[in-house]
Amino acid sequence: MSEATARQIDPSQMKVSDEVAIQITQMNKWYGTFHVLRDINMTVNRGERIVICGPSGSGKSTLIRCINRLEEHQQGQIIVDGTELTSDLKNIDKVRSEVGMVFQHFNLFPHLTILENCTLAPIWVRKTPKKEAEEIAMHFLRKVKIPEQANKYPGQLSGGQQQRVAIARSLCMKPRIMLFDEPTSALDPEMIKEVLDTMIQLAEEGMTMLCVTHEMGFAQAVANRVIFMDQGQIVEQNAPKEFFSNPQSDRTKLFLSQILGH
Amino acid sequence: MNTSTSTFVRTEMLPQQAPPITESGAVKWLRENLFSSVLNTILTILGIAAVAYLVIHIAPWLSRSVWNANSLSECRQIIAERYGEGVTGACWAVIRERWPQYLFGFYPSHLYWRPVLAFVLLCVAVAPVLFDKLPRKMLWFSLIYPAVGFWLLWGGSVWVPVMALAGFAIGYAAAKIVKPIAGTILATIAAVLAPVLWWLFLAGPAAEALQSILPIALQSVRSREFGGFVLAFTIGFTGIAFSLPLGVMLALGRQSDMFIVNKLSVGFIEFIRGVPLITLLFTASLLLNYFLPPGTDFDIILRVIIMVVLFAAAYIAEVVRGGLAALPRGQYEAADALGLDYWKAQRLIIMPQALKISIPGIVSTFIGLFKDTTLVVFVGLLDPLKGITDAVRASTDWKGIYWEPYIFVGTIFFVFCFAMSRYSMYLEGKLKTDHR
Repeated sequence: MSEATARQIDPSQMKVSDEVAIQITQMNKWYGTFHVLRDINMTVNRGERIVICGPSGSGKSTLIRCINRLEEHQQGQIIVDGTELTSDLKNIDKVRSEVGMVFQHFNLFPHLTILENCTLAPIWVRKTPKKEAEEIAMHFLRKVKIPEQANKYPGQLSGGQQQRVAIARSLCMKPRIMLFDEPTSALDPEMIKEVLDTMIQLAEEGMTMLCVTHEMGFAQAVANRVIFMDQGQIVEQNAPKEFFSNPQSDRTKLFLSQILGH
Repeated sequence: MNTSTSTFVRTEMLPQQAPPITESGAVKWLRENLFSSVLNTILTILGIAAVAYLVIHIAPWLSRSVWNANSLSECRQIIAERYGEGVTGACWAVIRERWPQYLFGFYPSHLYWRPVLAFVLLCVAVAPVLFDKLPRKMLWFSLIYPAVGFWLLWGGSVWVPVMALAGFAIGYAAAKIVKPIAGTILATIAAVLAPVLWWLFLAGPAAEALQSILPIALQSVRSREFGGFVLAFTIGFTGIAFSLPLGVMLALGRQSDMFIVNKLSVGFIEFIRGVPLITLLFTASLLLNYFLPPGTDFDIILRVIIMVVLFAAAYIAEVVRGGLAALPRGQYEAADALGLDYWKAQRLIIMPQALKISIPGIVSTFIGLFKDTTLVVFVGLLDPLKGITDAVRASTDWKGIYWEPYIFVGTIFFVFCFAMSRYSMYLEGKLKTDHR
């Protein structure tokens, strides 16, 4: 847990604007007959860094996957950056090109080099000229500290390096919001730090971030809000200091005792 | 060495030593690969015996080859004179005399240069597709090659293939014009509809008109005169070129969420796979005429090619579906999350990986297709294996010849199929990116 706190910053010092980035109102989702997300209401302002935690099966991944419509919601409203997510493909593509996502299993494209992974979307979605896209890609690869791997294939990199490439790949689209779906859960312990450091750096630069994670050290270091979910509902949300030191609901207390207990 | 204590500190590092003789070189190889166990030793001996048996029986026959003779009886006479009565030998003189027929069928002999040129240009057209080190501009020639090849093989007015190609330009232009006015969907419809209308109603008269203004034509060759390897290659390569894209579309259709597209694809694939190719060829040669307006002269080779394409496409669809199924869900999600639309995701992310996984299966289907071209003998076309060989044996000179034509034709098929197989292995190796 303590790796993430290696770079100490005070989350409360970081700016959060009043501008709304994501607005979710009375959203419900079912998998078949299973009610997986129940009456979700949530507002995310620009510059906020939100950590979503909860036991497995609580719907936290499903929630952030609804935000770029990898999952479809059946009721309620999701507005991302002023665009409402409906079945309109144009809106979906617009939102997706503005929202970056980092997956648990990296999901790099194994048949493309690191550089090609990073330039693909800018070239084909943003219509950026190839040369410019490569410059942008190298800029972000330097930022995640692996420019020297640019011409290798994902299969030749370690898990931590792959995840940093995945972050760089998302950043190349210059997204206004970043979603992280358990970005460190598939990594060996010694690689978690390098990924978290990258994410902390991103947070310092004011990126709006939603992060599903069990890294409570990361939550304390950068989050301005922690959301605890259970059984498809938001059970508790609070500033991290309050959330960890003074949890209100019994469910939250139990969860925290389980993950921080040893 | 003191064994009473468990502590031990090495003071001197051991130098590297050569391995024992049984662990290196030829001895090791033999032990590991041929005589590793009793069973393996027995199999080795049986295997060597089988190879020896075949060589002992075939080698003398091959060594008594005759290349210069005018008939089978002359062959036998020469063998009897040289090697004594009662021995057999190979009579390759039949190939020496009849090879043009094996290659060209009944294609007019003064026009042999046309299929030869078509084949050479085919190699030029295929090269940039197979090897990405060649300049990409060569692909333009690959695109127009079908028209060039068609004109060289069948002859006739040059304006027919040119007008056929013009259909694609018209489709492209229609899409460009309609898109700003009416949007993407209507543009797509226009891009399909305009060329179809052009080919059905206008291309013919346009070609005739141009021919009367500027007559450029090659002597026409009818499809019935095609035969031998010209026929096998025409059907085989056209079949390969068209069945892959159709098969990919069918595989995507079968994966599609759209109900009608999905069910049509499934129905098509299952129907075609459930029917023997010969049935389809008979349908092409006999039944199709019942459905077409009377008097339509629908070329027999074209009909056969259509059936072969449909047949191979159904198999390729299933092979590609296997490749698609092997891709992790995350690849689709990552492509979606980056904002790539369906076609871009398919083209840039999904298909390159799915096709890579499917290479062995696809190439197997191609090899099968190429060899199946010999089945056209059942609809009266002269395939090299049976059609031409029967024609050769029908002459009094070569009546009764048996092995030599089949060995010759088999060898040519083997060379091309083996080349395809090796290319697929080369491609697999080249596309391998998971090496550490």
